[in-house]
Parts: sequence; structure tokens; C-alpha cells
Amino acid sequence: MAEHNKIRITKPLKLDSGVEIRDFDIAYQTYGKLNAAKSNVVFVCHALTGDQYVAGTHPVTGKPGWWDAVVGAGKIIDTNRYYVICANVIGGCMGSLGPKEIHEATGKPYALTFPIITISDMVRAHSLLLDELGISDIFCVIGGSMGGMQVLEWVAKFPQRIFAAIPIATTCRHSAQNIAFHEIGRQAIMADPNWEGGNYQLEEKTPTKGLSVARMTAHVTYMSEESLEKKFGRNLQNREAVTYGFDADFQIESYLRHQGISFVDRFDANSYLYITRAMDYFDMEREYGQHLSEIFASTTARVCIISFTSDWLYPTVESKYITRALNAVGADVSFLEIKTDKGHDAFLLDVPEFTNTLKGYIENIAKERGI
Amino acid sequence: MNIRPDLKIICDIVEPNAKVLDIGCGEGELLSALKQTKNTSGRGIELDQNNVSKCLAAGLSVMQGDVNTDLEHYPSDSFDYTLLTHTLQVTKHPDLVLKEMLRIGKKAIVGVPNFGYWRNRWQLLLNGKMPVTKKLSYEWFETPNIHFCTIRDFVTLCKDLDIKIEKRLAINSANKIITFSGSGGIANIFGEQGIFLLSK
Repeated sequence: MAEHNKIRITKPLKLDSGVEIRDFDIAYQTYGKLNAAKSNVVFVCHALTGDQYVAGTHPVTGKPGWWDAVVGAGKIIDTNRYYVICANVIGGCMGSLGPKEIHEATGKPYALTFPIITISDMVRAHSLLLDELGISDIFCVIGGSMGGMQVLEWVAKFPQRIFAAIPIATTCRHSAQNIAFHEIGRQAIMADPNWEGGNYQLEEKTPTKGLSVARMTAHVTYMSEESLEKKFGRNLQNREAVTYGFDADFQIESYLRHQGISFVDRFDANSYLYITRAMDYFDMEREYGQHLSEIFASTTARVCIISFTSDWLYPTVESKYITRALNAVGADVSFLEIKTDKGHDAFLLDVPEFTNTLKGYIENIAKERGI
Repeated sequence: MNIRPDLKIICDIVEPNAKVLDIGCGEGELLSALKQTKNTSGRGIELDQNNVSKCLAAGLSVMQGDVNTDLEHYPSDSFDYTLLTHTLQVTKHPDLVLKEMLRIGKKAIVGVPNFGYWRNRWQLLLNGKMPVTKKLSYEWFETPNIHFCTIRDFVTLCKDLDIKIEKRLAINSANKIITFSGSGGIANIFGEQGIFLLSK
């Protein structure tokens, strides 16, 4: 098991649920060097199943980090120029405080005694990390999907600390459909007998089946119908004809099974429950009791919102809503809808129109910031 | 700086340090020029994804959106100038667009291609065919230009809408400025396009 780089947060944090946590760990990675003025911080927010290993080789999977194509020396988020920080969210399973960590009071894993967390809690926990690191200002906060939700929370909570914000393929509230798909995933996990009411660690079991079904369902929502057709169609998996049985006859079945199984090796089932719940609870207007534009009223950040045409999980209309709210309060907001058939996951994939725009935009705002 | 002559004229009109909204900003040529020469704080709206990408990559703040539907989302008096060049004729309701421009901006600068330009008149009169010129380069069946007007028509519309014309200029085919008053007798013949500074 790899040792994650962590910091102990001693300040207390009162969660939205009312529970107070203190003396907890945040696991994080940094890339590049902090400049003397401390003005070159890029804070990357990871998505539901992402983690702090944004670039380089992932110590658990041995594969490249989830945004290795974007973050690195000479890349779009150039680590020769910026100091990149990415931290595991609380509730996660890569070293930050989460349900699989040992509860010091009981000596057992938290499991379902872990408090419910929200996107807002994740961001406030990470702001404590920055405090510990002695960093007050963020040059650019960026992230896709759940990472984008955190970006929006950063802008709402710390309007003066952020120079630029780039929320990608995201929303300011989870829709009924979003909640529905997450609920299917959670029910799959909880229906697995190896889940053991959440106590699988003590029982030395893993709810492999349930977690992989959850991942399979979610994975379909990350792709577009067009990309599924293009990539798999009705192609058969290493066979000439259907077998009149329930084997993975079709390539799409085999692909999904692979996605499910490989996910189980790196992700904790209870973390999946907690983080999907945090996303489902995400509804900024309800949280703040204000219209979105009022929430953003005092921001000085320049915000660049990007969506993808074939993203049906967080469709363009969601991004437009955020754009209009920012526009209504005269914020410096840009919006771009990228035409692609790659679905929600487009932000993780090689989509030149997206990456080229991002590169130019970040370079230019860096110039303005004097980096 | 080597920019389109009509954009140069607009740059000259805009006061330094102004906040401007360029509606239909294309690749951001005017916004960049204004930023450089007048230190403006600029925003743009543009329909085409590739153009928006180019603007963002150049560090401009631009929203991908539609002039016909998105202006209503801008707060009143939030800009010193709203700008519209070579776009009015593609909008569904040019009169409403003008009103919106002066709601959002304290002043508006509008550049319109002049359908009354003599070559257009000549082609229609002599050949009996819809004019196709360098500035109006589309055939009638494929043109996005659904609301043509002449300089005179534009002046009349402003009068009808109680819009004050503070400055009126036309540019001829040699890119020379033709100054005029009223509804522009000569300018309406020899001006290839008209440029107007408007206020409420």
C-alpha cells in the first residue's frame, strides 16, 4: 500500500450536517514550485472517482494520473510555471479523512458512522489545507464534473481569493436524473451481501459486485449514445455469433465489466456512497437561500465555463444557467460549448478544441496576473 | 495596427478605459484592438464555437451565445458602449436589438452595410438581379442577411425609436470616410457601410 502525502488539519471544521471534525488528514499532491509572490497556485479539483494524483504515475494503479495530459512540464497547466495542488476530497479513499479510515475513538474503520459530507464541506476542508500551507490566493481553480462543483463553491465562498475559475462540464444543482443514477449505484452496493451493512472491512470482505455495477451504471452516463455506437456498436466480443447465453457477447458488455472490475481495485465502496450523496445534496441556491447571481455577487474572479454538446449528465443548459447568473451581476464570465461526441467524459479525453482553448486562456490570464 | 477600417473608426470613437460589449465579436479583432489602443475592459458575445475558442485562447472574455436570445440576460447600464458591426442585418428583430443595446450600454456603436450603395442599386437596376458585392458576398438563397437596410432606412428607424444619433459616418469602397448629416443623400449612395454612435 502506497503512503499518501498528508497533512494533519488541527483546526475544527463544522460540517453542514452539524457534526464537527478536527485533527483530520488531507492527502494532497503538489507539482511545480511556488513562486516568491505565492501568486502561481493552480488548485485542481478532482471528480467523483478521481483523486489527488492528477499527473505522473498513480502509485496505486501504476497508470498515468487522471489529467496527466493536461498537467505537467510544458503541458496546458505547465508545472514549470505554476504550482499545482490537488487534494483528495474528504469522504474519499486516497488518504484524506473518509469512511475507510480508522476512527481513533473506536479503533475501527468509520464505515457508516462517518458523517455525511457535502461539496461545501470538501471545499472548506481544502481551504484549511491551503491555510496550513500558508497560501492565501489561488491564481486559478479548475475542475470538471464534481471538480467543477467545487470550483463553483470556491468562487462562492472565497470570492476575493481567486483570480480565475474554470468550471468544466458541471452544474450548480443535481437534477432528479442525476440523483436517480446515483441511487441505482448506491442500491447496487448495498444489495451486495459482502457490503455487510457497511462493515466489510471488519469482516475482511469487499462488495466487489455491487461496486462494479455502480461503476458500470455511472460509466454509461459519462458517455454519449453516439460514442457508444461509434466505439462498440453491436460488435461481438471475440466471437463470430451470439452464444444464446448471458456471457459478455457484446463488446460493450465486456468493456463495462472491465470498467467495473478495475474500479473496485482502487476505490472504496463506502466512499462511493458518501461522495455520490454529497453530489446529490448539491444545490447551491438551496444551500445559500439565494438566487445564484446573488451568491456570486461579490466575486472578482474571471470565470470561464466550458460544456460539451454531447454531455447529457450535466448538459449545456446547466452551464448556461451558471453563466447567466454570473453575467447578471456583471462578473467577468466567459462561456464555451465544445462540439464533441465524447459525452461528459470529454474533459478527461483528448478533444483538441477543448485543450487548445484551455491552453490559450490560461496562458493569457497568467500574463495578466504577471506570472 | 492593421485592422479593418470600420473597426479602426470605432476604436477612435470609444473613450479610453471604457467597458465595452461587442455583440457578434467574431474572432475578437475589435475587442483586442480596443484593449490595446484604449485599455478597455471588454466582453463579447459570439455564436460560432471556433470563433469563441479563438477569443478565449487570446485571453478575451467571450460568451458563446445568440444575439437574438441572449441580450435579455445582461443587466441594464452595465457597459459604457455596446458594439455591433456587420451583425444587425442577420438579427431577427433589428429594432429590438437596438433597444437592447441602449438598455445594456450607455451608448451604442453600430456598423451596418448600406444596401443603398450605388453598386447594389446598379446591379438591381441593370441586371435585375439581387446584388452580390464584396461586402455583401452571398447569393440571395444562402444569405444569412435577412434584414437589409440603407443608411437612410437606419436613420429613419433611429428616429422612430427615439434614438439619438450622436455621430454618423459612412465609408466608401476606398475606405475613405464620408461625413454627412441628416439621412445622408450622398453617403447613402457612395457609402459602402454606415457607422453610427447612438444614445438614448
